[in-house]
Amino acid sequence: MTSQKNSDIILLSHGDGGLLTHQLLEKYFLPCFNNTLLEGLTDAASFPVRQGKMAITTDSFVVDPIFFPGGDIGKLAVCGTVNDLAVSGAKPLYLTASFIIEEGFPIADLERIIGSMARACKEADVTIVAGDTKVVGRTQADKIFITTAGIGYMLPEADLGYNRIVPGDNVIVNGPMGNHGLSVLLERNSFSFDTKILSDCAPLNVLTEGLIKRFKGIKFMRDLTRGGLATCVKEIALSAGVDIRLNDSNIPIDDEVRGITETLGLDPLYLANEGKFLIITNGEETGSILEYLKEDLSAQKSNIIGHIEEGKGNVYLKTALGGTRRLTMLSGAPLPRIC
Amino acid sequence: MCLGIPGEVIEINSKENWAIINAFGVKSKIYTSLIEEEIAVGDYLMVHAGYAIGKIDTEEAGRTLKMLEEIAQIDA
Amino acid sequence: MNIELNKKLLDRLIKLSGSISGKLGRKITLMEVCGTHTTAISKSGLRGLLSPYMELLSGPGCPVCVTDQTDIDRILAFARLPGVVITSFGDMIRVPGTHASLEVERARGAHIEICYSPHEALSYAVQHIDKEIVFLGVGFETTAPAVALSIMEAKALGIINYSVLSVHKLVPPAMKALLADPELNVDGFILPGHVSVITGRKTFDFIASEYGIPSVIAGFEPVDIMEAIFLLLKQIVDKKTETMNGYARLVSEEGNIRAKKAIEDVFEPEDSSWRGFGLIPESGLAFKATYADFDAAARFPVEVPYSSPPEGCSCGEVLKGKIKPYQCPLFSVVCTPADPTGPCMVSSEGACAAYFNYGDE
Repeated sequence: MTSQKNSDIILLSHGDGGLLTHQLLEKYFLPCFNNTLLEGLTDAASFPVRQGKMAITTDSFVVDPIFFPGGDIGKLAVCGTVNDLAVSGAKPLYLTASFIIEEGFPIADLERIIGSMARACKEADVTIVAGDTKVVGRTQADKIFITTAGIGYMLPEADLGYNRIVPGDNVIVNGPMGNHGLSVLLERNSFSFDTKILSDCAPLNVLTEGLIKRFKGIKFMRDLTRGGLATCVKEIALSAGVDIRLNDSNIPIDDEVRGITETLGLDPLYLANEGKFLIITNGEETGSILEYLKEDLSAQKSNIIGHIEEGKGNVYLKTALGGTRRLTMLSGAPLPRIC
Repeated sequence: MCLGIPGEVIEINSKENWAIINAFGVKSKIYTSLIEEEIAVGDYLMVHAGYAIGKIDTEEAGRTLKMLEEIAQIDA
Repeated sequence: MNIELNKKLLDRLIKLSGSISGKLGRKITLMEVCGTHTTAISKSGLRGLLSPYMELLSGPGCPVCVTDQTDIDRILAFARLPGVVITSFGDMIRVPGTHASLEVERARGAHIEICYSPHEALSYAVQHIDKEIVFLGVGFETTAPAVALSIMEAKALGIINYSVLSVHKLVPPAMKALLADPELNVDGFILPGHVSVITGRKTFDFIASEYGIPSVIAGFEPVDIMEAIFLLLKQIVDKKTETMNGYARLVSEEGNIRAKKAIEDVFEPEDSSWRGFGLIPESGLAFKATYADFDAAARFPVEVPYSSPPEGCSCGEVLKGKIKPYQCPLFSVVCTPADPTGPCMVSSEGACAAYFNYGDE
């Protein structure tokens, strides 16, 4: 029998704040997240702030399965919070990461997840400076849940808000829709598809910072997570009190995603994305913003997908045939249909 | 319940009644027990609920397409 | 999809419909009886684009929607049986029964697995021999053969923990029930493409020969549906009445013999109750004696009181094509996909869902 300190699975003692917790921190978390603010192991991390406004956000991550093509719950936990700050016009600086782990969870999986988080932090140029680990008994949590909070400062150039959105503005997205949601759904169920749909999970802050600093015409940004593009656009239309008209032929969707979603009876416009956002911008700068996006390796399939009209919150989609569809909010979880 | 997907046969196992098809760039394993005719690699099958329900007659498809192109040419 | 061809065809179709409608002095009325057609027509925008000259009605084409309230409640009762795993196509999960849905039962602890194929359900049974796997046999002639094969395979392999609850329905008897209604007023039918792959074109001849109404079997791409409408309009203009095959690349005269045999080996027709129609003779599939061991209804006798559809729900009238979804008093006010009163709003092939989600007016 391996001793407690050589255990390859998480034990309840790992969460009790004593020796094993310390060992977990020293052996895994600290070397992985690797920064002086964390290493002090003080009750709080403190850092200087600059003048102006700060931004703060938090999210919990309970994705199932925890590992999926293109990412895992850790990468998601970092990117999700970074992106919330990024699309709000902030530059993310620091994250906190709290873990609730089920007794029996393999430590190798934990290592893999926090390694993922470290890489995502590096890519986003943020640091995890505070955290917590709790362990609950078997079946009292499903493997691992992660909550991250993120703090950053508002970029002085950012001027985003529903009130800025006016008829004539254009809607741009930075790439194909639906990849994350589909990737997770396929991984969760035992479909006999042999495919490489990868989650698009990625930090967007470098891109958004570049955009905000260059283009004053950017009125609004939103990351297209739960509910997908359609739900987000509908929310914006309602909150801004405008109509939004989209063109189906202009919305980038990967062929494989289109094929599988058609087979399964899903709509890629309603599937979650974790590396996609939309920009609402004035007519004058639309072309240059698109050009700027396309120069980035990650956003080469960016496209103008629609425009804003006078209205009350309706969203219209022009179909390939030239007909018009009205888009509503997502209702109920997307399920594979057969009929 | 009519949703079916058309797929190109890329591998066939007649003994065990299955085939691997490529539909929209995605490969999947389907069962061919309902298909009477010979199936060869390169054939197109219509698949529903994991089973091929018919072999797509590509010549017939071509004829239909021609007919439609003719209809589309007629001036109003 | 050839966008150019589609646009030209659409243009021709609109012009032709306008001309015929003008000559008739009224809109042309066509009915489709397949949920996949309902959705395809809504999604492509065809319904709206042709609406000045043509009504594209939906009939009883969604097998989930035509399953009557008592059968839905029976399914939910099965979900509550201890040790039973319900395996089902995803469509059934949110269909509301009288007190709950499979989704709610799952939240209460029922074990429900979504499958894309009955074969998956059978594999699940093999991997979980300590559980009883019940597959929900929902669907028309397109799906019944796959279900039949899974039962035959279960028997051949001696798999004893697999059974099927058959709520399968057959299309021709439903067509007869529709056509028997003196109030029915359609100029033509668009017939289900994949049901016809199984049954063969000949099966639907009676629509022309006995009832004098033209029909065309159609595939599911917008171009296929437009082709079928062209062929119907031509019949109307030429005053012909035939059951034409507009999906000749897949549909033959006799259909899929093996598939028909699979159905005949395992099942036999029985009278079945359809939402909106009541009892339609010989319209459902019951187990033959040889395979009675795999009949979940026999294996798990479950008493379910007769249930009627919820107050105000007009799914029945929608399914008969008598009213459009938006004419139901509950449509979008009380009944929405997020909070459905009846199956037509929650099934992804339901007419109400199609009209709601795609904004058909």
